[in-house]
Amino acid sequence: MAEASSPTHQAREWLASILVWGTAALVTATFCWLLGDIVWHGLSHLSWTFLTTSPESAGRRGGIGPILVSTLLILGVCLTVSLPIGVGTAILLAEFTSDHSLFGRMTRRSLDVLAGVPSIVFGLFGNAFFCKTLGLGFSILSGGLTLACMVLPILIRSTEEGFRAVPANYRLSAAALGLSRTTTLVHLLLPAAVPGLLVGLILGIGRAIAETAALIFTSGYVDRMPESLLDSGRALSIHIFDLSMNVSGGDANAYASTLVLVILLLAINGTAAWLAERGLHRRIVTV
Amino acid sequence: MRPADVHTKPHPLYPTDEQPSAAVPAPLIHVNNLSLHYGDRPAFQDVTLSIGPGGITALVGPSGCGKTSFLTALNRLTDLIPGCRVTGEIRIENLDVLAPQTDVIRLRRLVGMIFQKPNPFPLSIQNNLSFPLREHGLRDPVQIAHTTETVLQGVGLWDEVKDRLDSPALALSGGQQQRLCIARALALSPAVLLMDEPCSALDPLSSGLVEDLIVNLRGRYMVVIVTHNLAQARRIADAAAFFWVQDGTGRLIETGTARQLFEAPRDALTAAYISGMRG
Repeated sequence: MAEASSPTHQAREWLASILVWGTAALVTATFCWLLGDIVWHGLSHLSWTFLTTSPESAGRRGGIGPILVSTLLILGVCLTVSLPIGVGTAILLAEFTSDHSLFGRMTRRSLDVLAGVPSIVFGLFGNAFFCKTLGLGFSILSGGLTLACMVLPILIRSTEEGFRAVPANYRLSAAALGLSRTTTLVHLLLPAAVPGLLVGLILGIGRAIAETAALIFTSGYVDRMPESLLDSGRALSIHIFDLSMNVSGGDANAYASTLVLVILLLAINGTAAWLAERGLHRRIVTV
Repeated sequence: MRPADVHTKPHPLYPTDEQPSAAVPAPLIHVNNLSLHYGDRPAFQDVTLSIGPGGITALVGPSGCGKTSFLTALNRLTDLIPGCRVTGEIRIENLDVLAPQTDVIRLRRLVGMIFQKPNPFPLSIQNNLSFPLREHGLRDPVQIAHTTETVLQGVGLWDEVKDRLDSPALALSGGQQQRLCIARALALSPAVLLMDEPCSALDPLSSGLVEDLIVNLRGRYMVVIVTHNLAQARRIADAAAFFWVQDGTGRLIETGTARQLFEAPRDALTAAYISGMRG
């Protein structure tokens, strides 16, 4: 192997290594810098009082209590609506629709297009349909429903992939044992599809909780504590946007709010993963 | 204990008048002019054949001659394949298999199936057996435990797994998994067992164990086995049917007792295939 040890060959190996490692380092460094910046500037303002009190002076002082509540309510509405519809549609597409049927192809194509639609379009749709046509006004309900529309395509497609990833022989062997399709679905396919569902859920929540454009037109930006789902409520992302763009002197609280958003996202994802893992192990035992 | 002992006491899975027991001869399968198409492509055509009672029937022939398709038509697993069309007539016991009003759940309880690749569910060993039993209405934990032990004894797996019934079935070796699948099918007290090359995905040792097990089932269950292994078919089968591809579709060429088919085939094609000159 004379060539393997030749200087040009070695140089090329080195170059390739540097490129590969360099790219990885660049990505990691960008993330660390972002996170570090947020933690560095935000941590000193973070306290229990900040999390529980109302904002004062347009958010320059005070906390984010009502905003946190609104955010969680919007997310709650979004998930309550999108999870059942999402899982149901995924089951329909993966288990009861053939790949080549017109219905299946049309639905999948529509979902893929919807997944790429800019969020501001969803915001305008939500405003026109939920706020005006259905008369829900600027409210947490309108915001949550708009987010559900936005999250559904991702949730459906990745849950569908989860179902498709379940080996076909589970279905065959279950059928050969005289088990009904419903039984097979509930006891074998659904637990086995949970990883796909989880990926969709995490991507969906990530998209929903960070959403600004779609919510400005639907849930509004009133920073009072909401009294019902029909009240307007300001989401955390809108609060951050407002503090950093419209409120001079709001930077410190913007940083702290961003930190809360990041922690919230990580916590929700972690909990979802943990729950799924636990649920999975109770139902399905793999090696 | 052997699996058939399950039938000696009233089994809650069966209404009492339907209980198969060792005293009643195994059912006959009558197949008349059966054809199967995937879309426009025929898998096999015009198969007419009677199987049983009792014993082991081997379906032999080259790949693509429709043996496996034939097997899946018998318990209507073909229903699961989009675009699959089965015409003709199949009768198992008194059941008109292809009639639309036939209860496929009852049919598949009567006709168990073992696949080429062992396919236990991703559940514990115990749940692989108790989940189908529960779904078929057996709730009593004592009965379930009894059936579990009986069928695992029946497939020679009890001593190997009795201390770890709660560990994952997928952690078992390939041969153990296949025997678990056989136990799972036996737990539902079928009358007929369809086997689609049950040994071909296993190592020689496991393959031997499963083969011995199949021989052990003779007389208690009616076994229809697809195999590419002619030596195996010769060793275990009582009757045999030979399929071949003609004009792009599977055809049944010859049936008979295993001895007659392997030692004095009537058809020249069979003779050529058996002797290894073709196929």
